[in-house]
Amino acid sequence: MTANAIIDINDLNLYYGDFHALKNVSMDIPEKAITAFIGPSGCGKSTLLRTFNRMNDMIAGTRIDGTVAIAGTDIYSNEVDVETLRKRVGMVFQQPNPFPKSIYDNIAYGPRLHGVTDRRRLDEIVETSLRSAALWEEVKDHLKRSALSISGGQQQRLCIARALAVEPDILLMDEATSALDPISTLKIEELAQELKDRYTIVMVTHNMHQAARVSQQTVFFLNGEVVEYAETERLFSNPTDQRTEDYISGRFG
Amino acid sequence: MAKSYDRLEGKPHLTEEWVGKAYTFVCIMFLVITISSMVYFVASKGLSTFLVNGVNVGDLLTGLKWNPEADIPLFGALPFIFGSFSTSILAAIIAAPLGFCAAVFMVEIAPKFGRKYMQPVIELLAGIPSVVYGFVGLSVIVPFFRDTFPGQGIGIAAGAVVLAVMILPTITTIATDALAALPAGLKEGSYALGSTRYQTISRIVLPTTLPAQMTGIVLGIARAFGEALAVQMVIGNAPHIPHSLFESTSTLTSAITLSMGNTSMGSVHNNALWSLALILMLMTFVFVFIIRMLERRSKL
Repeated sequence: MTANAIIDINDLNLYYGDFHALKNVSMDIPEKAITAFIGPSGCGKSTLLRTFNRMNDMIAGTRIDGTVAIAGTDIYSNEVDVETLRKRVGMVFQQPNPFPKSIYDNIAYGPRLHGVTDRRRLDEIVETSLRSAALWEEVKDHLKRSALSISGGQQQRLCIARALAVEPDILLMDEATSALDPISTLKIEELAQELKDRYTIVMVTHNMHQAARVSQQTVFFLNGEVVEYAETERLFSNPTDQRTEDYISGRFG
Repeated sequence: MAKSYDRLEGKPHLTEEWVGKAYTFVCIMFLVITISSMVYFVASKGLSTFLVNGVNVGDLLTGLKWNPEADIPLFGALPFIFGSFSTSILAAIIAAPLGFCAAVFMVEIAPKFGRKYMQPVIELLAGIPSVVYGFVGLSVIVPFFRDTFPGQGIGIAAGAVVLAVMILPTITTIATDALAALPAGLKEGSYALGSTRYQTISRIVLPTTLPAQMTGIVLGIARAFGEALAVQMVIGNAPHIPHSLFESTSTLTSAITLSMGNTSMGSVHNNALWSLALILMLMTFVFVFIIRMLERRSKL
């Protein structure tokens, strides 16, 4: 569909034991743009998102066939190092999950894992990451304070900053605003808009309006299948599939 | 039908309510009375060494010679206190890493196998009578130490090894619960940043569960501190501070069990043993206090 695809999915099938969670999924996800996955609960949108950083590996009984290629490399081939993949493909979760450490140590956690020990370099990473996540001004005077002491919305931006600190190419957001209040949600959406110039963002959302507001492409899932994949404006104004129309007009889901 | 003025009549649920309340109240009162009378009994006996027999508290706590039946009786309990602390702390040092690693294995690495086979085995370990531990210690560990290290084999090292095995179930069970209670999001967050399993365990799991782990360790130390029989069988029971880990020594508990039957109620010797019991009891209170503090900290 697009020329500058960074994620290329081909005939992907995923099973949790006997459950066929993703059925013949094929799509290209373009670089440096926001792609939204929408659909009712259990439709497979989060499952697909979690194949991009292989978080599904941790669920026993998961089986996969087909290919997922990121920047031309099949990430399920044996040569791929999962830790390196996850460094390139960052993830933000539904519930803000800051570590019970200081704000500083939360951001520095990733870089430290990957071998950065120089104090000045770490200070620099912490500042740029927090600035990128639009959190710097709010926390710069108490970086030593526990990350659990800030508000839920701030915690989620902290988690975004933490993901950015390892310099990923892709940022996955798994319903990252569904546990937040409307104002915090708006802040994260604005942040996503700013970040899309530098990162490829794939977000799962159960909020259609959010998809319409922030994304450039939208994918509609139903029962493990991709029903429709189009430019966001087109998908919401002029869906080609009857099921898409039913879903976005609120007739089910 | 005559109207009843008894508000309970015809209302069996109210009677049940009352009986239930009374029953639970009696039970809790029984517990409270038992515990407070034990504390009172041990304290009054233990204190009479100082109040009635005129033994100096400082002498008892710091004295190195224990010879209650001599012409000039000596009540230096420091060797026992030293023995109790060194065996239980050494036992915890041996058992804590083992328990934590076993818990990590059961929760993080092989949860199915762990829950099905390992957990019952560890619970079984807790049910073995202490005399069996002592016997195994005496016939396996003591000869091994005697042949491997200079000394008699009996002593702090043998006592600590036996105690370590005995407190392992406590430490492992609490560590397992702590690991299982860790929010899944924390581990996911760490993995999503490209961390390996080892890095996640050492940098997130261990520091986050540390207060709970410490609770397990302190509970283990408390149990080791109070264990008498198994320790007595392998420690040698010489009332002095040893020069090595493989030399005969004694603990508070073994001193009490060894001599209590040979003294008459009310004698200085008997009272002195109660003083040792009082020290044991006060230490237990300290351990309970530490555990409470740790639990409060782990909630914050």
